[in-house]
Amino acid sequence: MGRVAKIARRTFLLGAAAVGTGVAVGYYYYQRDRGNPIQDMLADGEATFNPYLKIGADNTITVYTGRAEMGQGSSTALAALVAEELDVEMEQITVEHGPFSSAYANHAILAEGGKARPWDDSFGARMEHNVFGVLGEILGVQGTGGSTAVVDGYTKMRAAGCTARELLKAAAAERLGVSVSSLTTDGAHVVSGDQRVPYGDLAITAAAMTPPKDMKLREKNDWRILGKSQKRLDLEKKVTGAPIFGTDVDLPDMVYGTVRMSPRFGANVVSYDDSEALKVPGVEKVVRIDTHDSHGFGVIASNTWAAFKGAEAIEVEWEAASYPGTVEEIMADYERVLNEQDGASFRDEGDAKAALAAAPSEQIIEADYRAQFLAHACMEPMNATAQFKDGELTVWTGNQSPTIVAMAGAAAVGIDRDDVTVHTTYLGGGFGRRGEPDFPRYAAHMAKHTGGRPVKVTWTREEDQSHDVYRPAAIGRFKAVAKAGEVPSTFYAKVSSPSIQQSIMGRVLFSPPSPSPDKVAVDGIFNQPVDFENAYVEAVHPDQSLPIGFWRAVGNSYCGFFHEGFMDEVAVATGQDPVEMRLKLMANYRPAQQVVEKVAEMSGWGRDPGPNKGLGVAFTYSFGSWCGQVIEVTNGDDGISIDKVWCAVDVGTAIDPGNIKRQMTSGIVYGLSSATGQKITLADGEVQELNFWDYDAMRMAQCPEMEVAVLENAPKMGGAGEPGTPPSIPALGNAIYAATGVRLRSLPFGDEVDFV
Amino acid sequence: MKLTVNGEAHEIDAPEDMPLLWALRDLVGLKGTKFGCGVQACGACSVMIDGELARSCGVAVADVEGAEITTIEGISEDGGLTVVQEAWIEAQAPQCGYCQSGQIMAATKLLEENPAPTDADIDEAMTNMCRCGSYPEIRAAIKIAAKNMTIQRAEN
Repeated sequence: MGRVAKIARRTFLLGAAAVGTGVAVGYYYYQRDRGNPIQDMLADGEATFNPYLKIGADNTITVYTGRAEMGQGSSTALAALVAEELDVEMEQITVEHGPFSSAYANHAILAEGGKARPWDDSFGARMEHNVFGVLGEILGVQGTGGSTAVVDGYTKMRAAGCTARELLKAAAAERLGVSVSSLTTDGAHVVSGDQRVPYGDLAITAAAMTPPKDMKLREKNDWRILGKSQKRLDLEKKVTGAPIFGTDVDLPDMVYGTVRMSPRFGANVVSYDDSEALKVPGVEKVVRIDTHDSHGFGVIASNTWAAFKGAEAIEVEWEAASYPGTVEEIMADYERVLNEQDGASFRDEGDAKAALAAAPSEQIIEADYRAQFLAHACMEPMNATAQFKDGELTVWTGNQSPTIVAMAGAAAVGIDRDDVTVHTTYLGGGFGRRGEPDFPRYAAHMAKHTGGRPVKVTWTREEDQSHDVYRPAAIGRFKAVAKAGEVPSTFYAKVSSPSIQQSIMGRVLFSPPSPSPDKVAVDGIFNQPVDFENAYVEAVHPDQSLPIGFWRAVGNSYCGFFHEGFMDEVAVATGQDPVEMRLKLMANYRPAQQVVEKVAEMSGWGRDPGPNKGLGVAFTYSFGSWCGQVIEVTNGDDGISIDKVWCAVDVGTAIDPGNIKRQMTSGIVYGLSSATGQKITLADGEVQELNFWDYDAMRMAQCPEMEVAVLENAPKMGGAGEPGTPPSIPALGNAIYAATGVRLRSLPFGDEVDFV
Repeated sequence: MKLTVNGEAHEIDAPEDMPLLWALRDLVGLKGTKFGCGVQACGACSVMIDGELARSCGVAVADVEGAEITTIEGISEDGGLTVVQEAWIEAQAPQCGYCQSGQIMAATKLLEENPAPTDADIDEAMTNMCRCGSYPEIRAAIKIAAKNMTIQRAEN
């Protein structure tokens, strides 16, 4: 049996086992095959049980998550999963990201990669979810994204705690000469009658023993820690300004740097003069950076400010852009492709095209929707520190994928991936941006020119804004056949947007793969819990222009708006209440209905909000979670104000409800910031919005009151980092329609209406 | 050039136009003050200069020679957490945490001047950007801190 089939079979069996109650601990054995990178890092008296756990002689408990902490709070939730089974208190745990290792491969990150609708539990769909998940494992991709950290860790982190607990009990039984069954565990101690033995006294013995085979994870009813809101473990550092971010890295003999890459993506240098740059006090060197997809300069200096000034002082003429110079031209091409090409089908039930052709025109509702390019605008600008010494590369950076950091770094200095060490710091925001190879790649290139000294390369805000991987622009064409007072019988959607997967693969793998249908372009349309007699969803991919990437909620971030804006139009056109119509369309998906019912109840849906006020509703299933929102706006003299947001989200099983609520409000603020005013435009192929004065985000004064309910009706666990974003945008658009009668079909809404 | 930060004098070698932010971070070695935008638009670099709140990325270091500069590392008088920092934890305000040094500096100044800020006062004073959208928790933290400071004052 080949490796793929073998792992697939084992994982599939595990998946089947995980469905029942009292989950059997199979994952530990599966994981053990990949080795334990913590083994090589142990100090005297420390013991490790698996890649996720280390116990010290002084009873310190360290949990290694292998996942980036970028604000989403999953490091605390992952620690809680271990704590629950290990019988330690949260305050006893130190949580760390840990080393780069395929032991931390993310199974869940690709599990929804296929075309099967995500909640589909048929044999074929389960196979497909697992095959994609196993692909993530085989590639050994260590990554954080797709709202997967807790979903991926749910079984394995508990199993890590359970296995260690049982081994510690076995070691204590041997030492005390009592039976294992007479022992209990509590607060990082094994308890035998009046005797309390610290885990730290047993750890080395226990870690060398073979775990029993009949361990069972605890039932949800017995949880002490899980299901309850936890205090985040990283806050003392974050309120005291501790140097925990990539940009805070400080090493002996370190030099500083920045980059100035071509403002036209991929364009090369025609000519340059760095003599003025070299005159800036503190500037040591200007070096060329030439990669397979970018060209520019690195400036090495004695401090960051000198590097910034040096970079600005380089006189350079760049090649022309190889893509249309304005977003208007790019969007015109999207529209041409939308009109002229047939797409790849992602949902095909009944015969939607025939039904549309046969329907009388008064029953057809049609609309085109548009979304613009967006930057991530993480608070912490991109940065990485690299040291290339004795043929080995070390990179310190806040990143969402140590695998990609290692690949990019290795190629930049011409060594093997295994000779790269990656230290992952806390991230000052990620939102998908920090899974990219560019910031570690440039730092690694610069590290070739420092004589073995580490170089900390910090981008300016302007460089960060103008060299992002953007949320793609998109056009969606929607059609429905519906009679007055009835749910639509036919639903048709076609989206024109380039393939994000093709764009990112080109950056990571050094040459872009040929285009293939990318389901991301219709994520949030083809896989929504609504049924029609006839449904057809297709995607067409125009040529790449700007680099595009994963932006919080990815395709759902614009498809959610398209789909739910259009559903609102259908409800209005057929004289139905938007909530009532959705509930009918969701008849086969009880968790979706329960979310919509809950958010309708919370917001007092159906009430008269008063003059110049309006309520809008929207629902998006994304990243395994079911999220409904209602927004109330006022159309006042100074413009539209967003008064309140109600949000109901079903995550299946809520590990940390407080954190889930904060992730919903965070996702809503991120979505509303984009909906009200953000867009990236081009002139002569160069990004025009270079700093927060023309690419702003919501501030305190604009931030609405928000109320969140967390539900647990759905059968599978979903994520929390992203699902709050997609419905916020259409809920706002639909509320503005209710308040003003103006139907907004293009983002950002601020282009057409004023916000307070 | 002499820079007084958190009561300590530092001798630094910096060009006059270097922003205070970079002098603090790269020359003095205090990393709590964060670089966000470089154009005083986000507030991540907020510090106190002679007791006044300032966005240090837009302040030339030569202009603050001799001034008393306070950063996030220096806001506690006893080395523990301030009432504001404790409230930040109680409200679970930070997510990624990158902007929070600046937010805490701004809130500390607000509460110094206005011991019982209303929502409108908070809206007006707290103009720093947070891309995680932690505004509801920051608002709650300011109210917790205001309450606890009032209790503290009454006890003293």
